[in-house]
Amino acid sequence: MIWNAFLLALREIRRNLLRSFLTVLGIVIGIAAVIIMVTIGNGVTLKVSKQIASLGSNLLMARSGGRGITGAKAFSFADVKAIKQEIRHLTAIAPVASKNSTAIFGNKNWGTTVNGVTNDYFVAGNWTMTQGRQFTDSELRAGTMSCIIGNTIWKELYEGQSIAGTKLRLQKLSCEVVGLLAGKGQSAQGRDQDDTILIPLRAMQRRITGTQDFNTFLVAVEEGRSTEKVQKQLERLLRERRHLSANEENDFFLVDTKQIAETLTGTTEMLTSLLGAVAGVSLLVGGIGIMNIMLVSVTERTREIGTRLAIGALESEVLLQFLVEAVVLSSLGGLIGIVLALVASVLIADSMDVPFILNINIIFIASLFSAGVGIVFGYFPARRAARLNPIEALRHE
Amino acid sequence: MSQETEKPLIEFRNITKVYGQGQAEMIALHGVDLKINRGEFVSVMGPSGSGKSTSMNILGCLDVPSSGSYMFQDIAVDKLSRDQRALLRRHYLGFVFQGFNLLSRTSALENVELPLIYRGMAKHERHIKAQKALEIVGLKGWEHHTPAELSGGQQQRVAIARAIVTEPTVLLADEPTGNLDSARSKEVMEMLCSFNRDLGITILMVTHEPDMAEYAKRIVHFVDGLVASDELTARGKL
Ligand SMILES: Nc1ncnc2c1ncn2[C@@H]1O[C@H](COP(=O)(O)OP(=O)(O)OP(=O)(O)O)[C@@H](O)[C@H]1O
Ligand SMILES: [Mg+2]
Repeated sequence: MIWNAFLLALREIRRNLLRSFLTVLGIVIGIAAVIIMVTIGNGVTLKVSKQIASLGSNLLMARSGGRGITGAKAFSFADVKAIKQEIRHLTAIAPVASKNSTAIFGNKNWGTTVNGVTNDYFVAGNWTMTQGRQFTDSELRAGTMSCIIGNTIWKELYEGQSIAGTKLRLQKLSCEVVGLLAGKGQSAQGRDQDDTILIPLRAMQRRITGTQDFNTFLVAVEEGRSTEKVQKQLERLLRERRHLSANEENDFFLVDTKQIAETLTGTTEMLTSLLGAVAGVSLLVGGIGIMNIMLVSVTERTREIGTRLAIGALESEVLLQFLVEAVVLSSLGGLIGIVLALVASVLIADSMDVPFILNINIIFIASLFSAGVGIVFGYFPARRAARLNPIEALRHE
Repeated sequence: MSQETEKPLIEFRNITKVYGQGQAEMIALHGVDLKINRGEFVSVMGPSGSGKSTSMNILGCLDVPSSGSYMFQDIAVDKLSRDQRALLRRHYLGFVFQGFNLLSRTSALENVELPLIYRGMAKHERHIKAQKALEIVGLKGWEHHTPAELSGGQQQRVAIARAIVTEPTVLLADEPTGNLDSARSKEVMEMLCSFNRDLGITILMVTHEPDMAEYAKRIVHFVDGLVASDELTARGKL
């Protein structure tokens, strides 16, 4: 009897190809949308949290300048010294002087940012080396043109060669490459953190900018200490050193990377729930599509059921046939939807450069929902019709 | 065959049918008594609303009477369950509806095969039988056409093939020629006569047309939910 119902259901599916196709399509769209959205959402969240981790924790960043203020005073070594004396629980203070420049190696060149730094920069920014070494004390003191390159520079200019004994040209200056930073990838704001060349701060000041100061520095706070407290102390100290009166605004920015992280986490969480909502709507639309198709065909189906009953089909046989039909269509749609979603997710994840994270639960939930919709709207109208007196079913308008 | 000694195939005893309740109550049959023997060909006539279709539906086990008893062979149909009645239809009855009621987008052959599927017949046997039934109704070569590709007369013949493919004991036809012109109607009537004569199928047919009714051996007249007259035709008297 089940086999018979199965054959009848297959015949029915074939006979109503368009209706079957639309039903399957509704399920495919519903399932695929949910799986793709959730997979990509999870991937983006993971990527962002990785980027946040790469920022380094407990890090404050100070930059001179202010809203609507031009020509704000840059920072000096005296400021750094004062901070070291006044504020406790710091692991590193890393002054940074930056300039955009073009790096030339062999016959290739590459526009990048050159940062004048001290070895504290590696501590504050959580940087590790894959080749070579950090700067030596004598290089730092003398302002030698030695440089440490980021991963992007290495890929673009060296194409994977060893850096040992090589030299780069930064505009007119030649510099010896002594180290290679481990790659960090994009920052949370989408900037390539590896597109950088580090030189000793003194070298930057003497040979490139021609000043004694710098407009940025990073402050790393000891693990477990509150960055908020340090931030307040730092702000007070800097205002004092810059002789700002109580009614004057800061002529510098102080940013806690934790705040950035929190903002970004908030944003991705919002993004994920937004994607979830969109996916939910697609699921609903798919469901409504199926419902529509089934309800539109209810008159025809009711008549058909009447005919079958009149010919001698048992109510249970008719029901089984319709149930099998609904199950076959739903599982077919589910299967196609899952395969499609996985392929699309892999492709999208790849093109968006986010990790592909498979969430079995969501596949399960989406399949269950769509199958439920397919079965409920395929089966229940049929059940109502099959309970009718055959004459009433035949007369159905 | 002596009609007196043989037990009737179909026997209605004081059958009533009431539709609706209260204000909307409508008594369609007021206590019908009717006996039909094996091998008969009966025309059912009467004005519109006189209860012809209602009687046919009860006869065909598609509907149940409100009271009275209905014996089919030795079976008290009014005591059967829904499923038992379905099985009775499956094994003994064939229907031809006025509106054909073929499955759309389904080939003539598949339509005719349908009752055989429910009888659990194997595919090969089913094909042969259905093909033969279509041949009998003159539709050889039309097996793979769907109802939409067939004329009204052809659709009616598919419906007839579907009704006789199971070689039913009783064939019930509610206005089988209602939608056909007189030439097509005659063809259908000749066909019914031959089933009755050659296959021994008992036939009950509702019709409004006296010409068509004359093909039967007996005419039962309904008026206001009762049998008003019951007489043999020229053919029946032969
Ligand atoms: N499902 C129903 N609900 C309520 N009343 C019904 C129903 N079916 C039939 N009737 C009523 O029962 C009476 C008999 O109907 P029936 O269909 O048996 O007439 P009929 O003799 O076949 O008429 P016609 O020649 O027009 O087909 C009619 O008055 C009709 O209105
Ligand atoms: Mg009628």
